[in-house]
Amino acid sequence: MGTSAGSDAAAPTIPTAHWEHFPHDADIGVRGIGPTLAEAFEQAALAMTAVITDLERVELRESVAISCEAPEPDLLFVDWLNALVLEMATQGLLFGAFHVEIRNHRLAATAQGEPVDPKRHEPCSEVKGATFTELAVEQRADGAWVAQCIVDV
Amino acid sequence: MDRGLFNRVSEFEWRIEPVGAMRVPAVIYADEELIDGMDDKVYEQVTNVAMLPGIVRASYAMPDAHWGYGFPIGGVAAFDPEQGGVVSAGGVGFDISCGVRTMVTGLERQAIEPIRVKLADDLYRNVPVGIGSKGKIVLSEADMDAMLTGGAAWAVECGWGLEADLERIEERGTAKGAKPQFVSKNARKRQRKEMGTLGSGNHYLEVQEVADIYDAAAAEAFGLRRGEVVVTIHCGSRGLGHQIGTEFLREMAMSADAHGIDLPDRELACAPIGSELGQRYLGAMRAGINCALANREIISHLTRQVFARIAPQAELDLLFDVSHNTCKTETHPTNGKLQTLYVHRKGATRAFGPGHPSLPDALRPIGQPVLIGGSMGTMSYVLAGTDTSEAMSFSSACHGAGRKMSRHAAKKLWKGRQLVDELAERGIVIRSPSSRGVAEEAPGAYKDVTAVVDATEHAGLARKVARLLPVICIKG
Repeated sequence: MGTSAGSDAAAPTIPTAHWEHFPHDADIGVRGIGPTLAEAFEQAALAMTAVITDLERVELRESVAISCEAPEPDLLFVDWLNALVLEMATQGLLFGAFHVEIRNHRLAATAQGEPVDPKRHEPCSEVKGATFTELAVEQRADGAWVAQCIVDV
Repeated sequence: MDRGLFNRVSEFEWRIEPVGAMRVPAVIYADEELIDGMDDKVYEQVTNVAMLPGIVRASYAMPDAHWGYGFPIGGVAAFDPEQGGVVSAGGVGFDISCGVRTMVTGLERQAIEPIRVKLADDLYRNVPVGIGSKGKIVLSEADMDAMLTGGAAWAVECGWGLEADLERIEERGTAKGAKPQFVSKNARKRQRKEMGTLGSGNHYLEVQEVADIYDAAAAEAFGLRRGEVVVTIHCGSRGLGHQIGTEFLREMAMSADAHGIDLPDRELACAPIGSELGQRYLGAMRAGINCALANREIISHLTRQVFARIAPQAELDLLFDVSHNTCKTETHPTNGKLQTLYVHRKGATRAFGPGHPSLPDALRPIGQPVLIGGSMGTMSYVLAGTDTSEAMSFSSACHGAGRKMSRHAAKKLWKGRQLVDELAERGIVIRSPSSRGVAEEAPGAYKDVTAVVDATEHAGLARKVARLLPVICIKG
């Protein structure tokens, strides 16, 4: 479990932005929690990198712009994670920080990271896709947004 | 799961009669302990599959069934296009045609004892493994199309494999009806530098010793002799298959309403076989199968290069290559007549019985070799197809041990370095780029493969031929 920096800005009643993993028989669940939908998406992306390596090992040396669009927030979430999977796979990158903006079913984001260095990152399981399993994007009673799904490794 | 949920037909057959929207029964093959240990999600998923249009006979789950995406892993279901049957991206899974192949070496275990560490190091160097590894082969667009059309036969034409291998691969190494034009740019991009790479997660290359023979005649026909060494490779269609799965799953889920399909779970995403989308998926999925077959052929070639250098007396003959995430067009007898069906096997192995016309002459009297991978550091099995599995499961059997513990929990319980040392003490050499990856794949995180294989044999789905113990494991 990790806590993002700069989450002090959240309203006091809403939990600070953070991410967590949750179990699945064969794969692993990623969950982002934040005061806004966009922050929940950012946190879930951090959780996804943490499936592959320890977040603190990833240096922020280059950034990639990502955009996607979907009719529903949950589909947008899966599309977001899959867009990151595609960037990681084709560019050979790992990401350690994200900035997400969401307006009218459209997501525009920046992902910062660096090329995979097998020795330094000791990458564990490759995330090969985000799935619809345990997929949920919702605002909890306490006001926090939660975005989660199982990722295939 | 609660045994009370089932109508127990025999010691190894657990049946759920159709209720609600189920069109056919659901059947799980397992012993009592395996049923007790199965996740409730298996019940939910195997009954959900029984609700899909055009399903024939029953929705089946093999003894290693566990919670998958839409379909259970270990699920088998066949659909009739004449009855509005569907093809499902969820029913094939993300790693299209993930599978196992075993090559016999003719070497005695003692012969590799002095070169064991060198063999492990050289295999680890020559076969790209883990994240960030790249294949030595970079495909142009034209090469990509040829690979997606030709599969293992393409690899052999390129000089990365042997002609004799082809008859030991399902469909002789080429899935017919592949349509590379339906494989997206992104899927191609993910594969450009990944040919001949093993990947990560539960994929591996193992050097194994034949420890026990259970069926002497079958073992003889398979070229398996006690005390000799074999090489087994487990991997699939890499990034390309995953990208195809991801894209079509989304499209099928979005268009289910338009096709008049009421999905009990979005991950059962499917389309009528005759629809434009169904046909497009079949064309892309078959191209994905060819990618996996070519990939395993190239990895075999890289393995043979290493043996040629340091154990030149070995000849690595392919015993067989099985795929366990597929949808295949097959003919099966149903209600007294032969029907062409679209058989989905998701984490399940095709297991044709003796006499099947698709088997090569040397294997036809025995039945198809069924290769069952165990967890790292435990054991694997070679089985053979039976006469009985046709009526039981469209000639299908289990595919492996299946996890009993999440990666999350495994990582907390074990340390990679310590596991490697413990296995080394037992004479097993592990090579992996990731110590955490080794911990997540700890032998204790998996079910007992012997229990799965015994239940498979007792149920009549396949019969045991040999047991293999690991000597070297190259782990992604």
